[in-house]
Amino acid sequence: MEGLNELAFVLGGVNHWITVFLIMAGLYIIVSRSNMIKKLVGLSIFQTSVYLLYVSPGKIIGGTAPIISDDFTVYSNPLPHVLILTAIVVGVATLALGLALVIRINEAYGSIEEDDVYSGEDWN
Amino acid sequence: MLDQLPAIIIAVPLIAAAVCALIRNETVCWLIALVVAFASFVGSATMLGQVQKYGEDISYKLGGWAPPVGIEYKVDLLAGYVLVLVSLIATAVLIYGRQSVKLEIKKNLHGWYYTMYLLCMCGLLGIVITGDAFNAFVFMEISSLSMYTLIALGKDRRAVAAAYQYLVMGTIGATMYIIGVGLLFTITGTLNMADLAMRLVPLLDTPAAIAGMAFIIVGLSLKIALFPLHLWLPNAYAFAPSAVTSFLAATATKVSIYLLMRYLYTVFGFGFSIERTPIPEVIMVLSLLAIFAGSFTALFQENIKRMLAYSSVAQIGYITLGIALANATGLTGSLVHIFNHAVMKGALFMLVGGIAMQVGTVRLSDMAGAGKAMPLTMFGFVLGGFSMIGVPGTVGFVSKWYLAMGALENGWWWIVALLMLSSLLVLVYMGRVIEVAFFRERPVDAIPLKEAPKSMIVTAWVFLLACVYLGFDTSFTVGVAEQAVNVLLGGAQ
Repeated sequence: MEGLNELAFVLGGVNHWITVFLIMAGLYIIVSRSNMIKKLVGLSIFQTSVYLLYVSPGKIIGGTAPIISDDFTVYSNPLPHVLILTAIVVGVATLALGLALVIRINEAYGSIEEDDVYSGEDWN
Repeated sequence: MLDQLPAIIIAVPLIAAAVCALIRNETVCWLIALVVAFASFVGSATMLGQVQKYGEDISYKLGGWAPPVGIEYKVDLLAGYVLVLVSLIATAVLIYGRQSVKLEIKKNLHGWYYTMYLLCMCGLLGIVITGDAFNAFVFMEISSLSMYTLIALGKDRRAVAAAYQYLVMGTIGATMYIIGVGLLFTITGTLNMADLAMRLVPLLDTPAAIAGMAFIIVGLSLKIALFPLHLWLPNAYAFAPSAVTSFLAATATKVSIYLLMRYLYTVFGFGFSIERTPIPEVIMVLSLLAIFAGSFTALFQENIKRMLAYSSVAQIGYITLGIALANATGLTGSLVHIFNHAVMKGALFMLVGGIAMQVGTVRLSDMAGAGKAMPLTMFGFVLGGFSMIGVPGTVGFVSKWYLAMGALENGWWWIVALLMLSSLLVLVYMGRVIEVAFFRERPVDAIPLKEAPKSMIVTAWVFLLACVYLGFDTSFTVGVAEQAVNVLLGGAQ
């Protein structure tokens, strides 16, 4: 029985495990990569983890869309989906702006490696 | 009409931004932006006046949906105070910045500059006025994305690199914030801040609430540029166009501090976040580190915009120190300093914009002898410097006085000693600029200097005179701040 409980703990929170993995993977890419496009990929993964965090608890098995009817008693909360729709738009806008900046950086510096851009310049 | 004011001051800048994007003529866009910013200021001041007069918060139900289901816009004394600050600075920087924008930003981008400026103002006002945790995130991203664009408009190529750096850090901060909100939403099922505060009371000790709190505080600290999360700030301030720096320095970080105060004192409540977690201690240590590390680094900067940027890191430390003191006097000092620092740092960056225009660079070594050729600018710098040091009779003294009194109330006399010591550091780095400008001869072969355009000098001097005036007559800043502190502490105890 002990083992079963642990299995249930791991499987029951599988959405959260994936969220945590995505958060850490995204952050690790941002910190470890010097290539600016790869950094933006990491940033996107990091933001994507939030979508899962919000949407997965919003799903109730057997629940329907919140339409008032005598046939249904269990409803899923639609709010998380709406919130994440907004968050997705924000994520797309951030990524678009980030890529646009990288294009400008490439034009100005001839490189998109952070090591070249930030160390090859007098910042004072 | 008056009932709709909370929605109007958000909706009008948003629509005006779209109109500016379509017109893109410099003069027309500037006029639109100026009228809209000034109207926001009048609207904010009216709302603050109403709240003060009737002693009742303004609550606006967006789209007629009652909270906590619908989004609520809420103006209490604290929100009104910050709204007035943001819209006032936005208006002043528009008047100030027209000449410098013409010079520092490419001609075909002027219309876009005003578009982004209005969007940024809309986002900042939105963060302050909204009573909804998720809505605050959306406004945060509106203001941040337009801010990254504004910074990248700088002619120097380093501006783009700085904007990218800020984008990565700022997005991490905003995402952390939204993860925290998500955790709180999962356990409470609500996003309305007042409702959240109520429903969190029995849940405060659950791991989800504590994790959510940690995410929110770290995320907001990134936006505030609280040491050691300040790495984006110096480059962003140093290479953005002068007008953008004045606006950014005076408003963006302040609004995030406002949101942090809201979470610590209203949502989680004084009894939990201050009394039962180590947050005040952590913030206090970080604030003191910010004050000293920021001031020390400022000593060694050759670029004076960057020097003032590091000084901002230190000044943010003073503001958060007031949060950590967590008594009424300290918090008053913190709120007063939000306003005072905006006024004095705004003025200093405005003067630096004038220097950049006339000297051509903002390097200290190129400013030799500028005191003789640009007396108004450089005497303004001296006055602003006095205020930063905290000479009695200027606003800097008022905020430091309240912070010191707050520290003494807690019996922490050593903080008072550290505050005095840090003022000496400010004296040294501001003194460096004054020494070079007044006591060194201008090289014979250097280009002759003249004063910056009148619009820039006049706006900067209005702010500087406000520094002195508010240093003597504190009835507005301290008066409102003291009442706002009652709101913060009263709602929590």
